[in-house]
Amino acid sequence: MIPAAFEYLRPRSLEEAVACLLQREPGTAAILAGGMSLIPAMKLRLARPATLVDIVRLRGLAGIVRSAEHLRIGALTTHAALGGAPELARYPVFAETAGVVADPQIRHRGTLGGSLAYAHPAADWPAVFLALQGEAQLFGPQGRRSVPAEDFFTGIFETTIGAGEILTEIRFPSVRERSGAAYSRMCLQASGMALVGVAAQIMLDAEGRIDHASIGVTGVNAVPFRARSLEMRLRGVLPAAAALRDLCATGIPEAEPLSDPHAAADYRLQMLRIHAERALGRAFERARAAVPGLGYSAPVTRDGEPVVRP
Amino acid sequence: MTDKQRVCVTVNGRRYERWVEPRLTLVDFLRHELHLGGTHVGCEHGICGLCTVLIDGRSGRSCLTLAVQVDGAEVTTIESLRDPSTGALHPIQQAFVDAHGLQCGFCTPGFIMTTVELLRENPDPSDEEIKRALDGNLCRCTGYQSILASVRLAARRLREGREA
Repeated sequence: MIPAAFEYLRPRSLEEAVACLLQREPGTAAILAGGMSLIPAMKLRLARPATLVDIVRLRGLAGIVRSAEHLRIGALTTHAALGGAPELARYPVFAETAGVVADPQIRHRGTLGGSLAYAHPAADWPAVFLALQGEAQLFGPQGRRSVPAEDFFTGIFETTIGAGEILTEIRFPSVRERSGAAYSRMCLQASGMALVGVAAQIMLDAEGRIDHASIGVTGVNAVPFRARSLEMRLRGVLPAAAALRDLCATGIPEAEPLSDPHAAADYRLQMLRIHAERALGRAFERARAAVPGLGYSAPVTRDGEPVVRP
Repeated sequence: MTDKQRVCVTVNGRRYERWVEPRLTLVDFLRHELHLGGTHVGCEHGICGLCTVLIDGRSGRSCLTLAVQVDGAEVTTIESLRDPSTGALHPIQQAFVDAHGLQCGFCTPGFIMTTVELLRENPDPSDEEIKRALDGNLCRCTGYQSILASVRLAARRLREGREA
């Protein structure tokens, strides 16, 4: 498998990269980051960009910065870096998710920004991006703009990133007290992609009831989505296991599940309820355990389950 | 046609400079340009792990990496492991032989390069850690138990060698 021939550019700055994109016919140039999704698609000739603009060496686009208000993650930060970053000790959902993306070799080169911008309908990070209410920072010919997670994905392999624009950073609100987040998924063993993936974030009030929940779902619809109605129903609930199970069993009306050779729509719906329950359960445990300064980053298996050692 | 690009890369400690088409993958670059055939080509789309090499010390898929992307990088392949003066196999290679970690051997260079990285970072891994590290490498004949045993044996020998 050999990709169709293309022109390869390695601009030295973000401005130059934008100029490279604008100088080509619209839709013919693609950004190359880790290449872990784009290159296989090009080998299968599902993608045939005439130009690749390699941004992976641009300075300042990788790394994690924490401030009082925000957690800022550079678009070129690799999955592996997110899996072991000390800055993310209070955000265990990142290590949990990074630990299940594909396999170690892919995680060393693939990037968070690349995964979001590629917008594969079964990628893992979109669920976390939605649940943690992230914002995509874009740089383009009109300067910078910020797009909330919910407006970012527009279709299968489609996002709101416009002509000449480049995703530079993903920004999340800083973790609050009494909050926790988790990701649970069912994995397609052959590809390492999610059949169903659910990320959940819970914030508790002083009495331990759910003050706010946000739930991101990937692998179910053509476009990853927030389970808004379930979020509403969770408000004010004391999140005991039985309560979470019952609420998840009442269904997620936003789901319009895909049917494909991997899973029929009703099976996806069933798995969605189960993984919503698991993600919420773990998010709740973390919210309850969240004491400022105390990290939690237990290792997890490929399916996002905690690793149990004998 | 697109212009050829210059690639300067250090492979197994030796520096190479070549002009290549941008669409040339690293594994084809290693095999066809540098005639290093030890790195194998399997699925060609990033699932099987046969083509695993170390890129700046980290395991990566050379079938999903373009040669132009490793310009300036340091690449380590299976050919680097054998002792250049005595010709002896590397302890990890010898452990795969002794513990029957291979039958046809086609997947073995990938498994061994991944093991090189694992044991460098974690000289005494648990079975669970070995399994997680080898998650991206497939074997279609030996089965994984003897590969696990090979990695355990290699880890033990390397630790003993360090103490001796």
